Amino acid sequence: MKQRKVSKDSGADFGNPQLSDRSKNSSDTDEHESKPHHQQKKRRKKSKVTRWSCIDTCCWFIGCVCVLSFVFAVLYHATPESVPQFVAEKINGPLPDPPGTMLRKEGLLAKHPVVFVPGIVTGGLEMWEGKPCAHGLFRKRLWGGNFGKIYTRPKCWMEHIMMDNETGLDPEGIRVRPVSGLVAADYFAPGYFVWAVLIENLASIGYEEKNMYMASYDWRLTFQNTEVRDASLSRIKSTIESMVQTNHGNKVVVIPHSMGSLFFLHFLKWVETAPPMGGGGGPDWCARHIRAVMNIAGTFLGVPKAFPGLFSAEAKDIAVARAIAPEILSNDVFGFQTLQYIMRVTRSWDACMSMVPKGGDAIWGNASWSPEEGYDCSEKRSITENTTEDTIASANSVPQECADDDSAVVKGVHGKPVAHYGRMVAFGKEAAVLDYSALRKKEPPPKTPPSDRTMNSSASCGDVWTEYQEMEWDNIEDIASREVYTAGDLVELLRRVAPKLMARAEENWGFGLADDLSDPKYQHFRHWSNPLETMLPNAPELEIYCLYGVGIPTERSYIYKISPPTDSCYIPFRIDGNAKGDSEGCLKGGVQFVDGDETVPVLSSGFACAKLWHGKTRFNPAGSPTFVKEYNHSPPANFFEGRGTESGSHVDIMGNFALIEDILRVAAGQTGDQLGGNRIHSDLLKWSERIKIKL
Amino acid sequence: MIRRRGSRQVEEEAKTTGERVDHESKLKESDTDDAKSNEQPPQQQQQQKKQNKKKSKGARWGCIDSCCWFVGCVCVIWWFLTVLYNAMPSALPQFVMQKITGPLPDPPGVKLRKEGLFAKHPVVFVPGIVTGGLELWEGKPCADGLFRKRLWGGTFGEIYKRPKCWMEHMTLDNETGLDPEGIRVRPVSGLVAADYFAPGYFVWAVLIENLAQIGYEEKNMHMAAYDWRLTFQNTEERDKSLSRLKSTIEVMVQTSGGNKVVVIPHSMGSLYFLHFLKWVEAPAPMGGGGGPDWCSRHIKATMNIAGPLLGVPKAFAGLFSAEAKDIAVARAIAPGVLDNDIFGLQTLQYMMRVTRTWDACMSMIPKGGNTIWGDADWSPEEGHACSKSKLAPDDRQGSAKIKQESPVDIGPHGKPYAHYGRMVAFGKEAAVLSHSAVLEKRKGSTKVANGELRSNGSCGDVWTEYHELHWDDVEDIASRDIYCAEDLVGLLRRVAPKLMIRGEENWGFGLADNLDDPKYKHFRHWSNPLETLLPNAPDMEIFCLYGMGIPTERSYIYKVSPSTDSCNIPFRIDTSADGDSEGCLKGGVQFVDGDETVPALSAGYMCYKPWKGKTRFNPANSSSYVREYNHAPPANLLEGRGTQSGSHVDIMGNFALIEDILRVASGWSGEEIGGDRIYSDLPIWSERIKLVL
Repeated sequence: MKQRKVSKDSGADFGNPQLSDRSKNSSDTDEHESKPHHQQKKRRKKSKVTRWSCIDTCCWFIGCVCVLSFVFAVLYHATPESVPQFVAEKINGPLPDPPGTMLRKEGLLAKHPVVFVPGIVTGGLEMWEGKPCAHGLFRKRLWGGNFGKIYTRPKCWMEHIMMDNETGLDPEGIRVRPVSGLVAADYFAPGYFVWAVLIENLASIGYEEKNMYMASYDWRLTFQNTEVRDASLSRIKSTIESMVQTNHGNKVVVIPHSMGSLFFLHFLKWVETAPPMGGGGGPDWCARHIRAVMNIAGTFLGVPKAFPGLFSAEAKDIAVARAIAPEILSNDVFGFQTLQYIMRVTRSWDACMSMVPKGGDAIWGNASWSPEEGYDCSEKRSITENTTEDTIASANSVPQECADDDSAVVKGVHGKPVAHYGRMVAFGKEAAVLDYSALRKKEPPPKTPPSDRTMNSSASCGDVWTEYQEMEWDNIEDIASREVYTAGDLVELLRRVAPKLMARAEENWGFGLADDLSDPKYQHFRHWSNPLETMLPNAPELEIYCLYGVGIPTERSYIYKISPPTDSCYIPFRIDGNAKGDSEGCLKGGVQFVDGDETVPVLSSGFACAKLWHGKTRFNPAGSPTFVKEYNHSPPANFFEGRGTESGSHVDIMGNFALIEDILRVAAGQTGDQLGGNRIHSDLLKWSERIKIKL
Repeated sequence: MIRRRGSRQVEEEAKTTGERVDHESKLKESDTDDAKSNEQPPQQQQQQKKQNKKKSKGARWGCIDSCCWFVGCVCVIWWFLTVLYNAMPSALPQFVMQKITGPLPDPPGVKLRKEGLFAKHPVVFVPGIVTGGLELWEGKPCADGLFRKRLWGGTFGEIYKRPKCWMEHMTLDNETGLDPEGIRVRPVSGLVAADYFAPGYFVWAVLIENLAQIGYEEKNMHMAAYDWRLTFQNTEERDKSLSRLKSTIEVMVQTSGGNKVVVIPHSMGSLYFLHFLKWVEAPAPMGGGGGPDWCSRHIKATMNIAGPLLGVPKAFAGLFSAEAKDIAVARAIAPGVLDNDIFGLQTLQYMMRVTRTWDACMSMIPKGGNTIWGDADWSPEEGHACSKSKLAPDDRQGSAKIKQESPVDIGPHGKPYAHYGRMVAFGKEAAVLSHSAVLEKRKGSTKVANGELRSNGSCGDVWTEYHELHWDDVEDIASRDIYCAEDLVGLLRRVAPKLMIRGEENWGFGLADNLDDPKYKHFRHWSNPLETLLPNAPDMEIFCLYGMGIPTERSYIYKVSPSTDSCNIPFRIDTSADGDSEGCLKGGVQFVDGDETVPALSAGYMCYKPWKGKTRFNPANSSSYVREYNHAPPANLLEGRGTQSGSHVDIMGNFALIEDILRVASGWSGEEIGGDRIYSDLPIWSERIKLVL
């Protein structure tokens, strides 16, 4: 309802200028026609009168616009709330009851307290202390809301939203803090819901603020720093304890979204670890306090997007923000250096690095192999049970058949080239599509003679300094000459282009895959948010859900090129937007796509529940039950549906009725088996099968 | 619509129209004499153009044109001003103000930061009645679309749009004092709950900003929002508010290196926090089970701002006749909302019906009876001259008890003496005559029997308990002439039995002779400082901070209102009763020193006497301090609500008060900030109250 309202609102706003244009034209012609009469009659005051009539016309025109907008405003406010719904029902047929109302009729009532863990970007940030340029913004939102400050004081806003590049904490004299309470992430921008729909549905089965809690945290910091600076983890711990205690001992259901899944994974380890590194809750804290963790679109194994975001500030790392207000980030509102600014800011946000793909080649594949290979993204969801085995067989056999082929490109089942997803970053299209053996045979491109050209122009770049300016040109070409980088190489690559960033990152995050989880080094908090380097808590009754949308092409690997130096402050690497292919992986605009929710590939959000933690494994020693529930994406049928009730995309899934129903049922006390266990539409099981890791 | 457009859009529009605006305003200045010609040309143009065919239509269009023209001008000027306003540097108003009033003092936060003070103790705010926001979580169909929107606080837009619906949702069940069926209205949580009551009307915002300047942020600041309509124990039953406050305080102490919290209750929050202090140490299920040393382990200081510890006389009048400024804050902000008859002619009845379901109002009925508030013959404040903000105590002492021949007691200045102890008097005579004369008069009065029910069900929605009262009863009540503090509860019981059934289950209004009596273990008594012990926390400091120097309602003169309507409220404050007594009898109300809402006696007495040193109310000898802030109204409009105000809510922006709070929060003790500071006659008045300590 909310977003419908807003779209109508904006419709009215945009409508008016058109109307007014029309009326302006007509008034202009009026003026022309009337001029002769004027001259006839009022010769005496001729000049004065014409001047006046012009201004009058202006006023008249503005008046018309105003009157019209008033009328619309009044009409809009006078409209009963049910009219838009009525119209929508006329068009779409009767709307289904929202899940909250439906389940209330079924007799479900609030039972388990609910904790929301928002993801990156969606949580609001407000200012508590600032530079003089931010005068008057005390406790006003710098992030979230209408982002008005970007327009009115962009430089100032940048300065405040950035972290210190050495410590990853507040710069001197600036304190920007997360908004707390449900308002932190119910709406990201006015009318753009994140948690609001879920909250409203929970409220209709009896939830209110005493048993709903938004675990907001500063999503720019490393997870451990949220505790060090804001005591966020401690506050979550104490709130959960208090909610369990005041709700007759009913354990909480935790609902993390996106990066929140990693944050909560970190919390699970933190809370049971002894102080000072941990929260000292004791070894059975999770078993005593948590009933279920329902990860919505969790980025467990990382997001390929996160890498280009850090590498060249290009891909839709901040996809949500871009989707809402493309002009904010894409246009050059800060002069011509938007991307550099963005890179400088995002590289100071340590949390972005939590989503660099984890597990290396064993999970994401290498130059010759990837778990998802053979996926045909042009085909909609039609792969059913009977075809699954065939596909596996053909996927396995095809490469050998094609090895003899003259064209060094591997062909897939459908006669199109197989996408080499494992090559996360390839320099040049050839490097991405060529067969592995051909790639090895290919001669390395001749090195350009070492030139004196360096990128180091830090002085002239002023504000938009990025670490690229300290790099030698040689280095850049050297990087590009290697052609193929797999998941395991990404960290190394980032270390070369952004040493400061990675110095902080390697202290705070683990990107690997643990061979021996009992190794004492994995006691360090660095590894807590990596599901491949940490064990689930000893809580055999805790249910873990992976809920996510499928059916949308999602970025998986990239084709890069060296961009010609247009400017001394530019970023030397660019995604090669020209690289379009007919490979089954849907190579488009330099990006290879795979199934997912537009941001997170299926593998990243589903693998953990489907295989890694399924049953009793070394990652899940207590054998906590896990469930995978996929939600097939179907876009909203028409304008009236707003962002849809069956969407599977990364953020819009929060308004998916099927997802909300599942959450409500678990919150009201049903178990995963009562919900129907797994529901998998994608090829997740097949892909998981191909990943050979020790369990 | 216009106002709601993004600032960018407005600017764009302003750009396109900007030239025209400039142009036009210049012309306007030069041509003000020729105003009429502004309107004529378009008319003429139109007329001439359509001369041949549609003459009449042309004229009509001309009218509309000039309307449009006028609206256009207004809009252009409006936009122009908006753009100017937005483009104005935010330091400009301050600059103008400094030109007028001289350089402004630094706000206390900035000043103390320079002194090197830094955040030490976590801070907890406990808002009072009325100031906290309430939002809708579940409602009737009429409240469609208001989910999680504020019903109380904010713009109060819904009162205008759907008054009946709003009323229905704000009212609690008259039997249980809890939610009506199908309605859930819940307190807003977080600092936003009470930082601003309405847009631009700060409550806690100034204090929060100053605390932030010495390093506070949300991890060490907490707003203990609760539903101020409920009894304190019900906030725990329904919302778990007390449990949540307990766990928040525990985690704040734990995460700030073991520094105990400084609690800052405002207004009724003082009573709420008193209740919490007992609740948290009492064993479950009635209490929070924190153990006998919870308070001493977690609380450094309680800094009551304008706490009505002994009650507020206004609260009685509010419940009795919905008349006095019980909801003074709301009235002060929007007098139109409550005083005018926007709901038809029955605003007061509606008000009464709603407020009588709010059990918390009863927490502020004057407590301690005649021992504290005085009786028909004496009162602690007698002899107070409200015409002077402060009395020289010496010249009054001697003459205080002189009696004259006339039945009116004369005070030291030759004016009649105010009998504050007579909290409610029927008729001016009963208020000003000496006690013996009143008794004399009563003998002469006769009773007229009239067994009629006051109303017969025709009042519909606005039913109040008065309609079940017989005329006899009403006259009987009025015939008693004088009601003292002790009689108020009995009086309310007669006129509002249902209210008082709940009231007496939940609140204690008395004065405990023996605090060890097991009956005082009941939560009913926890919020009455005269019936409860302070916790065993010798290091805890208690501050009573309040403004004084403003006449404050203390006792009332009532009359039986003529029955114009069967649904009316039979008692009215006799606003014609103006007197020249020293108590400043004005409009039927006798005033005494205070902060406009709470008399100084109620806000300061506990800290000055019963809690001072080791007494039976304060067995652990926690130290207590009284700090008064002399009211000085803002010098001019630009100062807004002033930085030296002493009035009940505006004191939250008083720089001296904020400075004291900041110093304590950063670790200073009560002695270090200067101990007691008293301007009023509190010492004399306290002396007169004979309370066993």
